[in-house]
Amino acid sequence: MASAKIHSVETLGALDGPGIRYVLFMKGCPLRCAFCHNPDTWASPQFSSRSAAEVAADVLRYKEFFDASGGGFTASGGEPLLQPLFLEELFGILKREGVSTAVDTCGYVENISDVRGAVELADLFLLDIKHLDDAVHRRLTGKSNGRVLEFLGFLDKLGKEIHIRVVLINDISADRAYLELLASFLKKYPSVSRVDLLPYHTLGVRKWRALGLPYRLDSSAEISDVQRLHAVEIFRDAGFETTVQ
Amino acid sequence: MNIENAKHAWDGFKAGKWTQSVDIIDFIKLNYTPYSGDASFLSPATERTKRVWDKVLSLMKKEIEKNGCLDADVSTPSAIDSHKAGYIDREAEIIVGLQTDAPLKRAIMPYGGYRMVHSSCEAYGLKEDERVREIFTKYRKTHNEGVYQAYTPDILAARKSAIITGLPDAYGRGRIIGDYRRLALYGIDILLEDKRREKSESDSALMDSDVIREREELSEQIGALEAMRRMASFYGIDISGPAKNFKEAVQWVYFAYLAAVKDQNGAAMSLGRVTTFLDIYAERDLARGAIDETGVQEIIDDFVIKLRMVRFLRTPEYNELFSGDPVWVTESIGGMNDDGRTFVTKNSFRMLHTLCNLGPAPEPNLTVLWSNRLPEGFKDFCAKTSIETSAIQYENDDLMRPAFGDDYGIACCVSPMVIGKEMQFFGARANLAKALLYAINGGVDEKSGVLVAKGMEPITSEYLDYDEVCKKFDKMMDWLSRTYVNALNIIHYMHDKYYYEKAQLAFMQKDVVRKLGCGIAGFSVVVDSLSAIKYAKVKPVRNESGIAVDFEIEGDFPKYGNNDDRVDSIAANLVKRFMDKIRKLPTYRNAVQTQSILTITSNVVYGKKTGNTPDGRKGGVPFAPGANPFHGRDSSGALASLCSVAKLPFEHAKDGISNTFSILPDSLGKSERERIANLCGLIDGYMSKHGQHLNVNVLLREVLQDAMEHPEKYPQLTIRVSGYAVNFIKLTKPQQLDVISRTFHSKF
Repeated sequence: MASAKIHSVETLGALDGPGIRYVLFMKGCPLRCAFCHNPDTWASPQFSSRSAAEVAADVLRYKEFFDASGGGFTASGGEPLLQPLFLEELFGILKREGVSTAVDTCGYVENISDVRGAVELADLFLLDIKHLDDAVHRRLTGKSNGRVLEFLGFLDKLGKEIHIRVVLINDISADRAYLELLASFLKKYPSVSRVDLLPYHTLGVRKWRALGLPYRLDSSAEISDVQRLHAVEIFRDAGFETTVQ
Repeated sequence: MNIENAKHAWDGFKAGKWTQSVDIIDFIKLNYTPYSGDASFLSPATERTKRVWDKVLSLMKKEIEKNGCLDADVSTPSAIDSHKAGYIDREAEIIVGLQTDAPLKRAIMPYGGYRMVHSSCEAYGLKEDERVREIFTKYRKTHNEGVYQAYTPDILAARKSAIITGLPDAYGRGRIIGDYRRLALYGIDILLEDKRREKSESDSALMDSDVIREREELSEQIGALEAMRRMASFYGIDISGPAKNFKEAVQWVYFAYLAAVKDQNGAAMSLGRVTTFLDIYAERDLARGAIDETGVQEIIDDFVIKLRMVRFLRTPEYNELFSGDPVWVTESIGGMNDDGRTFVTKNSFRMLHTLCNLGPAPEPNLTVLWSNRLPEGFKDFCAKTSIETSAIQYENDDLMRPAFGDDYGIACCVSPMVIGKEMQFFGARANLAKALLYAINGGVDEKSGVLVAKGMEPITSEYLDYDEVCKKFDKMMDWLSRTYVNALNIIHYMHDKYYYEKAQLAFMQKDVVRKLGCGIAGFSVVVDSLSAIKYAKVKPVRNESGIAVDFEIEGDFPKYGNNDDRVDSIAANLVKRFMDKIRKLPTYRNAVQTQSILTITSNVVYGKKTGNTPDGRKGGVPFAPGANPFHGRDSSGALASLCSVAKLPFEHAKDGISNTFSILPDSLGKSERERIANLCGLIDGYMSKHGQHLNVNVLLREVLQDAMEHPEKYPQLTIRVSGYAVNFIKLTKPQQLDVISRTFHSKF
């Protein structure tokens, strides 16, 4: 029986997939994004170990809320796909019980064959595209975007519903030209049904400080309201359902 | 029933049992029109409405500037027909009637106790009227005086040490809902005839004390109905017959309610369930072409303006317990009909829409009786209005209907009662957190060092042993429940004798069912304390007299509010245990025992008066309100917290289980559509889990902080607090800080 390292649980998640969701924050991440708001999930010594059956039993206690709101379960993190056997078992149980499942992922998967079982059982993917330019991607996250884009293609071929998440950072990922490029890039993937725009915010800084990590961005990375509106326009015009926080 | 004169007024209504005898729900079921559409039909406030409301708002502003009391008539004890007509703007008002001869001018109500009048005058710099003082201290005995003559030493000690607080022993008890709809449907003449008939039923009976009391009370009710006719005549209105159209129906209902708030300064003066009843009249007028939607909404808006203006003269101490000048003009909206149809009508929307037309306000205390089967359009409108105003509370119709039928209403915050057939002897609450400390300290108060509960042995071991604590706590609850119910029996005996609710009871059946509404405070503190003692190691720190004044906790323990059965079972068990103790005790007039887990804002004062507790809470820190988990102890998010509360057994707390839920707007979803859908889902889910009550606040913490600094910018900022809503700026500073410090469910 597979068990996983769990960072924490949010029983009332309303931002990570449709409806009310049980969000499981799992430990560990292959990336080190400069703007990460959950750096405490990277390598924190604080975690609990729980089996898929235990987690499933806990999730199912909230089924009334999922059913009433069209919600379900979201695996988040950290990077949940680092623990694929656990996810596969968990999704199997939840699917049998009629709970829809989502994976909130950075898409950086070393070996797609490792995660195939889990991926095939999940209903929805919330996939981050940190940047299309590989050099920028490396600077922001410490890793190349090749695997991420490969994973996007894999999901698309499987016909999994995909919501793309884009963090809008001033001077990096928020200018018109880049966003237009991204929009037309995403149009090549028919399974992408929605784009969630997340304007960069400094709320995570506190956590970085608490962890003693150097924080590389500052408030100049925040975008203006006008930039925000333009960004929404670009993706709506491209035909995507688009939200912004 | 002589209905000849009523026939014209009832034209177009389907006849039934209600035409033969007083039967409101029969009339409603035969004549109402359920509405399953959306809110698009609603009308905005008219210019007239805005003008009248602006006038009231400026008076309310002056009221705040004058320390909370605009004016008072200190020389005329309030009665149904004590004051001549009063107006806000005589030309513009549609629904008329004020408690005194001027808006927001408060009346004195000395029958509950003269002390309240005296202290209020002192607090607001009013000159006491010598003649009134003489009458009520020399010639006319009050409820308060009677109570104190009968109180026992135990009760006095328990009251003084605040293990029992908020008792209605110095003012009206409230939590009685007259069926104010009766006046509109039948008029004074038919109701009088019905009351005379009820009285004549005992004409040839043997005169024992029950019969004698009943005959006296029915005579009081008959007198009240006559007085109402006079009161209405001051406004040039004859309410002898039934209401003939929508405007009259609203006016008649309001007059009936106005009579109640002129007769009584009850702790909660709730309205009942008038919305759908009134819709029948609106639909008839709309069908006749006598009125349009704008006109209907305008009348509802005007009615609500009046309800927002009800005032009682209270003391600052009262305000500390129940802050923000609450009246609990609770109106129950929606719910389901036993036949499967919904009771939601267009008027249900209109009533909630007043929060938009007039802006948010704490009164009337708008309460949606939520069923998962309510029409989606109405659910969405409720959620939208909650998100915009934080002024609605939700109570579980699917849970209450099996126990109370389909024509109950909420009195005060969470107390269900069958309209016109049941009433409550309000009993405030007992502080179980303090009782736990008494169990540890052998009945000695941890703050004063005074021995309050006699004949108990303290715990002397180095570490607290769970079984020993439970045993001693059980014994302490025996003492507490006995002392508590004794106090309530005395209070309600005297209240019936000296301050009988003749106006409200005139709108109820003769054989009314009485409930004894007991209550618990400090709930989550006791539960977490017991959990700490059971699952961690708790070491009392004793002072030189051997009193445990602090506690050291070694290790972690499960905390209430995380959907953890290890501690939630302690919580559920505690509810049952205290209820079982109350059930065993005899009650005045054979009232049926019940209890609530509700604190209103008294959680702050109770916390102030209770020392350090074994859960790690420091002395003086506010308790969590109602049945809420203690702030900051839930670590798995809001649903886990909701599920813990939903496990408390309603069958052992049929007077209500209050839960207040606050969330940041952005945490509820990314768009308005998502936020509405998620809030509906959240309420549906909570009700499916058998939660009874949910206050919903959708607010930014920063807004509350700014409102503390700049109250003038937020005259209508409303927030739900354990069973009612208040103007945030009217809370005391400690209460404001308590609200802000409490868990705001958020996530980023």
